[in-house]
Amino acid sequence: MIAHAPILPILIPFVAALLQLARENQRWQRGVGLLASVLLLSATLWLLWLADDGVLRVYALGGWPAPFGIVLVVDRLAAAMSVLVASLALPALLYATAGFDARGRHFQPLFQLQLMGLLGAFLTGDLFNLFVFFEVMLLASYALLAHAGGLARTRAGIAYVVLNLLGSSVFLIALGLLYGALGTLNLADLAQRLALDGHDRALARLACALLIAVFALKAGLLPLSFWLPAAYGAAGAPVAALFAVMTKVGIVAILRLQAVALAPAMPDLLAGWLTTLALATVAFAALGVLAATRLRALAAWLILLSAGTLLLTPAPASEAASAAAIYYSLHSTLAGAALFLIAGVVGTAEDAEDTEDAGEPCRRADAPVDGLVRARWIGPAFLIVAATLAGLPPFSGFIAKLMLLSALRETPAGAAIWLGILAAGFLTMIVLTREGCRLFLKNRAPAERPPAPIAWQKTTATVLLAAAGPLLALLAPPLSAYAERAARQLHAPGAYVAGVLGAPTPGTRPENRQ
Amino acid sequence: MEILLAVAVAVLTTCGVFLVLRARTFPVLLGLTLLSYAVNLFLFASGRLRIDAPPLIGAGAIFADPLPQALVLTAIVIGFGMSAYLAMLALRALAASGSDRVDVRPEP
Amino acid sequence: MGSFLNTGVLLAAIPATAFGACGLPLALQRHGRIAAALAAAAVMATCLGLLLTLAPAVLAGGVEVHGWRWLPAYGLDPRLRLDGLGLLFALLICGIGLLIVLYAAYYLPRHDRLGRFYTVLLLFMAAMLGVVLAENLLLLLLCWEITSLSSFLLVAYHGGNRESRGGARLALAVTGGGGLALLAGLLLLGGIVGSHDLSAILAAGPRIRAHPLYLPTLILILVGVFTKSAQFPFHFWLPGAMAAPTPVSAYLHSATMVKAGVFLLARLYPALGGSEPWFWLVGGTGAITLLYAAAMALFRYDIKGLLAYSTISHLGLIILLFGLDTPLSVVAGVFHIINHAIFKASLFMAAGIVDHECGTRDMRRVNGLFKRMPITATLAIVAAGAMAGVPLLNGFLSKEMFFAETIAHRQLTVFGWLLPLLATVAGMLAVAYSARFVHDVFFNGEPVDLPRQPHEPPRWMRAPIELLVVLCLLVGIFPEWTVAPLLDAAAGAALQSPLPPFQLAVWHGFNPPLLMSVLALAGGVAIYGWRLPLYAWHATLPSLHPGRIFERLHRRLANAARRAVALIDNGSPRRHNALFFVFLLLLGGWAFFSAPADGSRVPVQAVDTAALGALLALSIGSIGAAVLHRHRLLALILVSIVGLTVAMSFIRLSAPDLALTQLAVETGTIVLMLLMLYYLPNREPPRRAAPRAIRDLLLALAVGGGLGMVTLRMLTVPPPVDALPAFYLQNAVPGGGGANAVNVILVDFRGFDTLGEITVLAMVALAAQALLDRLLLKAPRHDADGRRWATEAHPLFLAMLMRPLLPLALTVAAYLFLRGHQAPGGGFVAGLITGMALTMQYLANGIAFAQPRLPGHPTRSLAIGLLLAGGVGVASGLFGAPFLTSAHGHVRLPLLGEIELASAMIFDLGVYVVVVTVVLTVLTGLGGLSSRARRHEEER
Repeated sequence: MIAHAPILPILIPFVAALLQLARENQRWQRGVGLLASVLLLSATLWLLWLADDGVLRVYALGGWPAPFGIVLVVDRLAAAMSVLVASLALPALLYATAGFDARGRHFQPLFQLQLMGLLGAFLTGDLFNLFVFFEVMLLASYALLAHAGGLARTRAGIAYVVLNLLGSSVFLIALGLLYGALGTLNLADLAQRLALDGHDRALARLACALLIAVFALKAGLLPLSFWLPAAYGAAGAPVAALFAVMTKVGIVAILRLQAVALAPAMPDLLAGWLTTLALATVAFAALGVLAATRLRALAAWLILLSAGTLLLTPAPASEAASAAAIYYSLHSTLAGAALFLIAGVVGTAEDAEDTEDAGEPCRRADAPVDGLVRARWIGPAFLIVAATLAGLPPFSGFIAKLMLLSALRETPAGAAIWLGILAAGFLTMIVLTREGCRLFLKNRAPAERPPAPIAWQKTTATVLLAAAGPLLALLAPPLSAYAERAARQLHAPGAYVAGVLGAPTPGTRPENRQ
Repeated sequence: MEILLAVAVAVLTTCGVFLVLRARTFPVLLGLTLLSYAVNLFLFASGRLRIDAPPLIGAGAIFADPLPQALVLTAIVIGFGMSAYLAMLALRALAASGSDRVDVRPEP
Repeated sequence: MGSFLNTGVLLAAIPATAFGACGLPLALQRHGRIAAALAAAAVMATCLGLLLTLAPAVLAGGVEVHGWRWLPAYGLDPRLRLDGLGLLFALLICGIGLLIVLYAAYYLPRHDRLGRFYTVLLLFMAAMLGVVLAENLLLLLLCWEITSLSSFLLVAYHGGNRESRGGARLALAVTGGGGLALLAGLLLLGGIVGSHDLSAILAAGPRIRAHPLYLPTLILILVGVFTKSAQFPFHFWLPGAMAAPTPVSAYLHSATMVKAGVFLLARLYPALGGSEPWFWLVGGTGAITLLYAAAMALFRYDIKGLLAYSTISHLGLIILLFGLDTPLSVVAGVFHIINHAIFKASLFMAAGIVDHECGTRDMRRVNGLFKRMPITATLAIVAAGAMAGVPLLNGFLSKEMFFAETIAHRQLTVFGWLLPLLATVAGMLAVAYSARFVHDVFFNGEPVDLPRQPHEPPRWMRAPIELLVVLCLLVGIFPEWTVAPLLDAAAGAALQSPLPPFQLAVWHGFNPPLLMSVLALAGGVAIYGWRLPLYAWHATLPSLHPGRIFERLHRRLANAARRAVALIDNGSPRRHNALFFVFLLLLGGWAFFSAPADGSRVPVQAVDTAALGALLALSIGSIGAAVLHRHRLLALILVSIVGLTVAMSFIRLSAPDLALTQLAVETGTIVLMLLMLYYLPNREPPRRAAPRAIRDLLLALAVGGGLGMVTLRMLTVPPPVDALPAFYLQNAVPGGGGANAVNVILVDFRGFDTLGEITVLAMVALAAQALLDRLLLKAPRHDADGRRWATEAHPLFLAMLMRPLLPLALTVAAYLFLRGHQAPGGGFVAGLITGMALTMQYLANGIAFAQPRLPGHPTRSLAIGLLLAGGVGVASGLFGAPFLTSAHGHVRLPLLGEIELASAMIFDLGVYVVVVTVVLTVLTGLGGLSSRARRHEEER
């Protein structure tokens, strides 16, 4: 069984989706979905625990060893990211079961397949397979984005789809170049061959640059980040919450490519420009945070802000930076998702999301809602999430900021990075304060119709995600220690290559029966 | 031969990119189709060009590289799915707004 | 160890209790407000008691440092330190806190259950204790930020009121922002010293001052200090925060939070003090604030406003004392901290009583209260006297020491007279505004239409003031017996060096400081006597509401940001796509050309006419499509030509599988787009070539040219050492049981890719159902040229043509499927052909004929297909082999002869089922739209 642990996180949502497709009954589908998410969480936690022995777990699909077959590679980073996905999925799904999932067909199976895509992208060690899982993830996200209709969602969807299709084409070009110039698609093999001579450097560099560009598109690096606020702002609350982890796919891919292949072979490829653009992204996102008029839009901009912050970490290619990146992505994903859910509660309590034109970029700020007064949990949840996102103690945001600042201090652009991070935190704080005052403190005009009570699933999901802020802070010592171990493992490319290419295939191929 | 393929890729990409940058959904869809042709040719070319050497064991002495062919097959299929989805999305937008424009500026 | 238990545990217990029990009032409030109040009082009393048990050792000069490591890598450790300075502040926090709890129970409105209030108050107190008891500077910062956060909640307690919201936001913005600067400064400081522990930092003074980063560190930390202690130019948030309930002002804005900045200054004095920049920055800021705020205080007619500015002024005085940078001035500073906390807290509470009794704090209306509340008045007058520095009151003593220091100070040799002068003027102003407070509120004629009829407050509401005023007197008259030990311990801790000789006494004989005091008193009275012209002059100045200004500023900023965002991103997807291409060009170009050139090339193969023809057709097709894209039908046909050419060239380039698939997909795509064109206007209004088109064309040329060049480069560099193809070709038959290497790769070597691929397809089908579900499109009656569409849905000849085709197509499909593993073909192509054939039936013969021939339940058959594909994997898992491991063997079928059956073929069968379903769902779904639209129209 342990031999099969790496495939479980991909298999569980897949099977769940099949079961949900087999019987289109709402209660059945919800039950299966929630059960699968719980299973997924426990499976990923198990994987996390397994991975912490520092041994690279290589799972050769079909029993064909790398680089010929496809392998899943589980190290601490991959395990941590799968846990993140799972722990995000459960609350998001719970929230959706309050009724959002019924506003269109096939939400449940698509949700599971989205999880499958995310997890595959984090776990696979083969670049073409990464492309395939990107597509699985993307198509699911297209469909989920369009879920529950609305013209704004459809339009945002078209823009999002077209841009991502271009990205996929570039991805394929890059893979073709890799295969044409280096003759491999496996990351470890790629690292090995890059280190050797006898290949056309220009083509190899171009291939890697294009890969980085595609990942940067997913991560939302500045000239490529404009799609993000539009798409995330238009998506329904639980969908947006799940999307919060999608930018991390791109960022983790950049981190891994940089650590395993680029830093040893062509260290200058990211050095010049990535940090600058990341800072620009932070600045742009900060502007957006200031400009946002609706909580949902604000949350989307904050996701971009966290993405920009994270993109500061790959260029230095240092263990400290990567460790900070890992902790920061755990923190920012969960907190951002929580804000999306709160925005959803505010929105539904108000009026949005049910109406056809949900997510229209309407200038009118959402008025404070009487329903919220009665929702005793949402106010405190917002307070905690806001403090977490603003990097105020005693929550995870503060720890993450501390780690980032101390990790990036010695880097060339250290001063600028410090300024950027601190200033962005300041803006976030004042804007979230404004939102909090507007939504939770102002005297409310007596609503003519009694406000709809907020479903327990929504409250529970929101509180669960909001609790992540204090929890991650409380667990900071073990978590940061794990992040450091993960970073150390990540920045040992030699071990990675040896582990993947020299891996004995688990199990035995049944001999050919004649 | 190689030169011809390179030219073909260049032409397809140029027209594809130009069409993708149009304002309506339909030409964009055409452009994406052309782009996918270009990408498939390129991906296929990564295994170099071989004449009369299909990768069928026993069919001949020399074989073309089978891997890029498999990759292109996957790429084609995924591309088909994606453009189908985009087409349906475009129709939905048409139904909702009566327009088939790609970029409708969000009113400031 | 034993001693650790005694002191360390007790010490840790102080903040622990405060933080741990701060939820208590909220939990108890359903037993009534008294229960909540008692809970809060109990917690504070506990902390106070713990402090007192530790006090003796500290007063004897001991320092307790305890704690453990938590995040050593990042310097954040819960380590505590109790020395004289910490003890002094902790006593103030707990002691005055207790009084506030009692006072607030009377002050706050009856209907308020107080649970939330007391909980936040306790949280704040806990954080303050953390600040003053921290040994680790990052822990100090952590608590520092919590005080900002909780003070926000306290100031915004009456959230309904706009003023209090604005004030709270402003306060949080300023103090929180200062906290960020402080964070940066402390991190730098820790970096210089190599530790964030105070013990190490206090010992490293010279090293710090010599370090190149000393100045930035100092400035960043001072920004934190000045924002928290409301020093010029950051002072403006404090008057705004006066919107808070008076108990909060009395606690936060006189005794505790605003003192946190001063505390940090005293804390770090040994490390940062004693340098030119320190003197100028700290002393200068203190002096300016002292004078400016004193002057402002005179002109407030809101009692709390007056007190707020006087607080700012007194904080300025304390900070100036630290800036003077002599041992004695530090002692004086610490002394004034104590005195100010005592008299200012009592004054705020008195103001609260006035507000509570009169319903307003406007001194133009509140007059002559002495007759109505003589006791309160007396108390307030005594406290005000202390504020003014009247002899026999505590304020007088520290003020005297301050005057003495200004004279004794020798830093300004040239302007030696300047400091004493400033000090005296400030003293005068202090006397003046104190006089205004006393005279306006308690005398000065009769009240002017007050909302309520004022009279003495409840006995216990006054008790805290009484206690504090008694303290004023005791300290003022018998300093040696009361405050001296605490002062010694605190000042000693602040100095980290033996105390200078000084003597606390009311009477020092006739000396310059006494003269200055007399001058101050006389001048103050004079200024107050001359007040009316001053008020008149001040009335001509513009009045400012910091809270409002902040809100307006914020709104302006937001609008500017909105414009900026709109400027950077006009929200046009076309532009986003174009940017993506530009980015690719720049990054790719740089990466490509920055590489070392190596020139090894392989010869190119000969060009033949067929290939040339193909290229020609392809170019005509694509360029034509690009040019004529407004004539959509035509463009579509041209594109299909391109597709065919590509398929042909795949055959030529020995990729039969690709050719087959390309053909099949081609057909699918064309049908899809035709269906789309049925609804879309199939012509686009012509527009003259805009510059935009030219720009796009150039961009497209650059991208296309670049990719073409790269293609050529890739095709002409020597191929990489090909380990992979060889492996696949060798293992196809023995390992995968198939002669068609491509198919074996798809279903076996890289079957996982294919699984993902058909998952994508399945999702397309799901999305199709989701998107087309309930979608209504107006079916056009005519096409672009006005030709009527055929109204009868299923033309007969088409039906006649199609029916025989079905079985034929199915046979071909089956054949292709079965041989797929050996020869070109396979599940995917077979599936496409089947799907297309069935769709044709559907389009030609209508639902009635086609329905029985269509798979019953699309989603279910998707599930089956995926299950078949994935099932192989699970099955292999049961054999203990990895996911998707295949097995194979031979069977003999009639007609087809020897067939090598691989378990991978089940996988391929899954692919087949999925593909058929998808094609059917999508195409029939789109086709179905029209009939639905018609039905809809007929209904209407």
